[in-house]
Amino acid sequence: MITLSCEEVRREISNYLDDDMPPSMRRLLETHLEQCRKCAVLLDSTHNVLVLLADEQRFELPAGFSIRVREMLAKEFEKAKR
Amino acid sequence: MQNTLVTESENDRILEGERELVAEIVAGNHERYYELIAPIERRVYYTAYAILRTEADAEEVSQEAILKGFRGLRTFRGEARFSSWLLSIVANEARMRLRQRREVSLELLKSPDNEDEYTPIELADWREIAVEALAQKELAAHLEEALEALPEIYREVLILRDIDGFTIAETSAALEISVPAVKTRLLRARLMARDYFVSRSWAGHLGLGKA
Repeated sequence: MITLSCEEVRREISNYLDDDMPPSMRRLLETHLEQCRKCAVLLDSTHNVLVLLADEQRFELPAGFSIRVREMLAKEFEKAKR
Repeated sequence: MQNTLVTESENDRILEGERELVAEIVAGNHERYYELIAPIERRVYYTAYAILRTEADAEEVSQEAILKGFRGLRTFRGEARFSSWLLSIVANEARMRLRQRREVSLELLKSPDNEDEYTPIELADWREIAVEALAQKELAAHLEEALEALPEIYREVLILRDIDGFTIAETSAALEISVPAVKTRLLRARLMARDYFVSRSWAGHLGLGKA
């Protein structure tokens, strides 16, 4: 059976997280991950960084941002009416 | 990753709703433009901030992009989500501003050599590293730091794809680079962001996504 090296797995980690690979490659990769603790840890920790990054709650807007956007748009709407 | 949470039929329904709303705004019901903007304000600002790194510039560019979005609403075809469309405008404006501000040399914009050669730090098991009990605020600061530490070309793809939830194709269009280039940079960017955490011994956080 064909197997993947750790190096090859590493190169595909991003595509794996994006679910962007043919099923045959996916199977090969998953077989490797079951047997290789090192690569499994790399995948999990990378995935978790992405989960943290995607958490929108951590974004804070500057105070008054929304109000200023509304004021700016209100002026524009006035202009558009004329 | 965020995109996979929406099924295709749901997505079609959202697109249909957005097209109707846009048609109404274009026809003269301008106030309803707020409804398109309000849910994505944070992402608008954050995309600008992530590229520009200063609050004042980020706010200015956010406002300009929101205004540009309103003025150009007629050209919005509704084939993709409004958020993707507007965030592409934000990313473009921010990058233009960055070029003006820094007069970024061509050197910086060029891809570095060996773009796909990158070896992540090895770690036996991140759970073995002492878990620091950090407050959410500190974690947010660490994420900022990690983003800040990335070279620009990697930061951009990471922000658009993994924070804004752009697809690979949308990221490619927004940054005007090829799809394979997006993928190569994304791999590198994700591994570097991950290593930034690992090397700072904040690795305890990397277990947060797990049960």
